[in-house]
Amino acid sequence: MKAVALGVAVLLVIIPFWSVIATSLADKEAIAASGGGMVLWPGRMSFEAYKAILSGGVVTRALGISIAITVVGTVFSLAATTGLAYWLSRRGAVGVRPMTTLVLGAVLFSPGLIPSYLVVKQLSLLDSWWSLILPVMVNAFNVVVMRAFFQGLPRELFESAAIEGASSSATLIKIVLPLSKAVLAVVGLFYAVGYWNAFFNAMLYIQSTEKWPISLVLRTYVVNQTTIGGEQVGAGAEVMPPQLPLQMAILVVALVPILVVYPFLQRHFAKGVMTGAVKG
Amino acid sequence: MAMIVEGRPSTAGTAAVETGRSRRFQRLRRDKVLVALGLPGAIALILFQYFPLLGNIIAFQDYEPYLEITEAPFVGLENFSFLWDGNPAFLSAVANTLILTVVQAVFVFPIPLLLALLLNSLAGERLKRLLQSILYLPHFLSWVIVVAIFQQMLGNAGMLNTFLVQNDLPMVHVIGVPELFKALLTAQVIWKDAGWGTIIFLAAIAQIDQEQYEASAVDGANGWQRLWHITLPSLKGIVILLLILRLGDSLSVGFEQIILQQGPAGIESSEVLDTWVYNYGIVGGDWGMSTAAGLVKSVVGVLMVIGANKLAHAFGEQGVYRK
Repeated sequence: MKAVALGVAVLLVIIPFWSVIATSLADKEAIAASGGGMVLWPGRMSFEAYKAILSGGVVTRALGISIAITVVGTVFSLAATTGLAYWLSRRGAVGVRPMTTLVLGAVLFSPGLIPSYLVVKQLSLLDSWWSLILPVMVNAFNVVVMRAFFQGLPRELFESAAIEGASSSATLIKIVLPLSKAVLAVVGLFYAVGYWNAFFNAMLYIQSTEKWPISLVLRTYVVNQTTIGGEQVGAGAEVMPPQLPLQMAILVVALVPILVVYPFLQRHFAKGVMTGAVKG
Repeated sequence: MAMIVEGRPSTAGTAAVETGRSRRFQRLRRDKVLVALGLPGAIALILFQYFPLLGNIIAFQDYEPYLEITEAPFVGLENFSFLWDGNPAFLSAVANTLILTVVQAVFVFPIPLLLALLLNSLAGERLKRLLQSILYLPHFLSWVIVVAIFQQMLGNAGMLNTFLVQNDLPMVHVIGVPELFKALLTAQVIWKDAGWGTIIFLAAIAQIDQEQYEASAVDGANGWQRLWHITLPSLKGIVILLLILRLGDSLSVGFEQIILQQGPAGIESSEVLDTWVYNYGIVGGDWGMSTAAGLVKSVVGVLMVIGANKLAHAFGEQGVYRK
């Protein structure tokens, strides 16, 4: 009974992934055999869909943009979050109390949609990739998680570092960060996934089609089913595969980065999440 | 550096005669590296979390996008007219929001708890880990991907209907049917986050004192009795905490998720408060009115959290923050 329930739950997750991947690899015959729909078995595997979308063109460019935003954004976010959390973790340092209140306040409420839009506009960030990074650069909840982790490190470490004459930046780099790999990995993953998946801010702030990240390409060509023609695929595509495998291939390339980092980070999940939930 | 040791005067002896301001300056000099490390994050937070609060002023203005905020004339509460003039579009957005909140509280909330109990009852640690990894995964997908996957599975040309047609069964229309839209949204939320939601329950279950189970086993309690009398009561605190947190978000029901699917489902069944703010403000150009609506929404959200927390205290639970 229990096993059946769990089995169904797991299948409900796996089957969609499986059939998306299978359809992206299906050749014309397999698609035709299913009446133009999704398949569970690709028949003779065909990589034409991937060749078409990855040979330059709309999808290739959007992938590059999303990768750049994710990498730059995650580095910025981790640096800013770690710095702020480190400051707030040192009880007795100047300004800790008012800043902590400010951070906790930011956890509780979110700024409204239109006021946020106006700030981005006032800063002349509209239609700039920075509009996808700066507004979400620091997540207050992640600051709380990291601060709690830093505060949990043994006090003696800091005292001995002080006696040895280490500056606070040296203490951070040589002692705190090496001990905080788990929390850095989890918070970094959350940020990276956020940047990779960013859809709403991109829809709001990015106007030029040629600046689209992958999420907007996905919405247009997969969710809204806009036809992908010769103009959208690169010059390197020799044959034009059917629409469905093309769409599913776009879906797969948008998924792959998450599937790739996921196994490396998931062992840290529970620990990182619980640090925030229990102590926050 | 001295800053590590708490409470030590910055400069011994003279500290007592110093004025507060110069002492603060001394502390700032002592902690300048710390502050420099933290400042970029602090600035980003103030700029993008607190600064927009000032922008809410346009809720009381007749604002046009090409005006500077300082130039727009004040109109008092005129923009809040949707609250009392019975604007049908707004009322329907409120109704849809509340229905979705209730439906999701009833159907979405208990499933992670159930899944966690099921996972916890598994004997093999390895199998448990594997299943957890699979079930967590959808949480990391964007709504664009989830919506696309649902279309391909349940759409008219999707996997389900292909299968039905091939077996001479009638097709089932799920996507783009207004009556089923709320059910579709709920199913998507469950698919995406039910697994992820188990983390917190599993952690709470792991903290239950095992001796309680042993003692009850000795007393002859069966599995159900142990679940009912030990496990569930132990999870009461965390359930209340999560319910309170949800309450604060209860007027925010899946913004990205809905905006992606409004087209096929039609506005009447799919408009919620968040999409109303977006469609009237940024798309429709009525900035003042939609900011006013957003403001009302935020204030109601905060009030609900505070109220729920009071309630939790009244029941002797800890809530989100202490009294």
